[in-house]
Amino acid sequence: MLKDITIGQFFPGNSVIHRMDSRFKIVLDILYVVILFVADNFISLATAGIFILMAYAVSEIKPVMMLKSLKPLMPIILFTAVLNLFFVKGTDEPVVSWWIITIYWEGISTAIFMIVRIVCLIIGMSLLTYTTSPIVLTDAIERLLSPLKKIKLPVHELAMMMTIALRFIPTLIEETDKIMSAQKARGADLDTGGLMKRAKALIPILIPLFVSAFKRANELAMAMECRCYRGGEGRTKLRQLKARPMDFMITMLMLTVLGFVIIDNMVF
Amino acid sequence: MNAIETKNLTYKYSIGTPFETTAVDNVSLTIEQGEFVGVIGHTGSGKSTLIQHLNGLLKQTSGEVLINGRNIWSKDVNIKDIRFESGLVFQYSEYQLFEETVYKDIAFGPKNMGLDKDEIDKRVRNAARQMGLGDELLERSPFDLSGGQKRRVALAGVIAMEPKILILDEPAAGLDPAGRDRVLEEIAGYHRNSGTTILLVSHSMEDIVKYADKVLVMNRGQLFCYEDTDKVFSMSKELQLIGLDIPQITKLSHLLAENGIDIGKDVYTVERAKERLLKILKGTNV
Repeated sequence: MLKDITIGQFFPGNSVIHRMDSRFKIVLDILYVVILFVADNFISLATAGIFILMAYAVSEIKPVMMLKSLKPLMPIILFTAVLNLFFVKGTDEPVVSWWIITIYWEGISTAIFMIVRIVCLIIGMSLLTYTTSPIVLTDAIERLLSPLKKIKLPVHELAMMMTIALRFIPTLIEETDKIMSAQKARGADLDTGGLMKRAKALIPILIPLFVSAFKRANELAMAMECRCYRGGEGRTKLRQLKARPMDFMITMLMLTVLGFVIIDNMVF
Repeated sequence: MNAIETKNLTYKYSIGTPFETTAVDNVSLTIEQGEFVGVIGHTGSGKSTLIQHLNGLLKQTSGEVLINGRNIWSKDVNIKDIRFESGLVFQYSEYQLFEETVYKDIAFGPKNMGLDKDEIDKRVRNAARQMGLGDELLERSPFDLSGGQKRRVALAGVIAMEPKILILDEPAAGLDPAGRDRVLEEIAGYHRNSGTTILLVSHSMEDIVKYADKVLVMNRGQLFCYEDTDKVFSMSKELQLIGLDIPQITKLSHLLAENGIDIGKDVYTVERAKERLLKILKGTNV
């Protein structure tokens, strides 16, 4: 049930994508988003789409995981599509014209265009978290943000907070599951009734969850202090991030795609 | 009538991901009304997953679960009623406490059953007494109690529903020796008084030997055996092969046998060991 959430889920593997330097992965993912938004016709968008599908093929992540990442955002995708379908006005004759509904060819094509763009965006982002462990990911974010230390931003502390938060998401989910099961075993009804009744039904779950979360935070803080943790000053890393030729090659490939998309936009 | 019956029960989780695992594999067993059954198995053997099927918290991938003769997933059965019939107490059950007072927390289950106020009051006081919680504790906050007391409050919370089957997942884990004995004694007492069918999951073979009439052994998701306690522990070799321990005193008796003092292979309790040893000592004491 709660375990079905795939956002931020990591699937260990040993593919080219898994072995990429996580800093590159983040930057390239942002670049991919740029490509998606620069692309303004179907040919360039298709190029971007094929690119991400190829990346999935290389990553050895099961295709079904793409659908899983899309599922929670389905309402947003449909909403955008419907808006575009009905409100984009074209210059030609409308395809459908009935009562207050008028649909133009432009509306249909824009709707499809938006769906493809959002789908590519989501599966592109998911590929990053599917192939990168959360710890490595925050490590990369820390490195990428480190220039901000100059303006006294506590980058290390922020990254540590993120690491801890990410680390405890599964633990908290598991704990929520356990507490929910325990209360269900006592006949708690979580799935039926009106809004007020459901909100009230959450109390037996939230209170134990908070109690143990605070207890755990306390214990973690103490354990960190016992091991002399005192922030990022002078701290070294066990696993150094290292850029390899492969990372640069993939970057080149990505830049080529971007170049193609820009040229394509100018031609058509 | 059989209190619990499972037919070819199988449960897989994370189906369709790289983590797909069969946690319970084709388990068929029958447990009769009023029995005290010990459930043992190595960590990850599927004990906890199995017992969560017995009150419908998990739905099997295939197979059937019958509680008091009723298939719990058939359409005319309300799964909530099954949960009141078959009470489940989780590991570290004190984490489920949430109410302002002990009384209110114990009353949570009976209240969900839709009982009237007098009945709830009767059951709460009865359950608290069964678990050795004095009246003076009932108005205290459960968060102020000691670990052992909290555990007993959580147990009382399930017992107050007066289930016909009581399933306990490591009810004594993490308690000090006095707290352990106390919790287990209260449970054994409750079993004698009410005739409830009890399933006790435990890693302590001593506890299992002391309280259980029959023992259910799980190994890698499969039912390894389900036999009388004596018979199960007579298979000490097989048990050790699947990573399970045997009672300390049984180990001692085996060591004694190797050194020429044979007090028998069926020594599972300190009392019996004492008896046998005294017999031998008297026999040789010339």
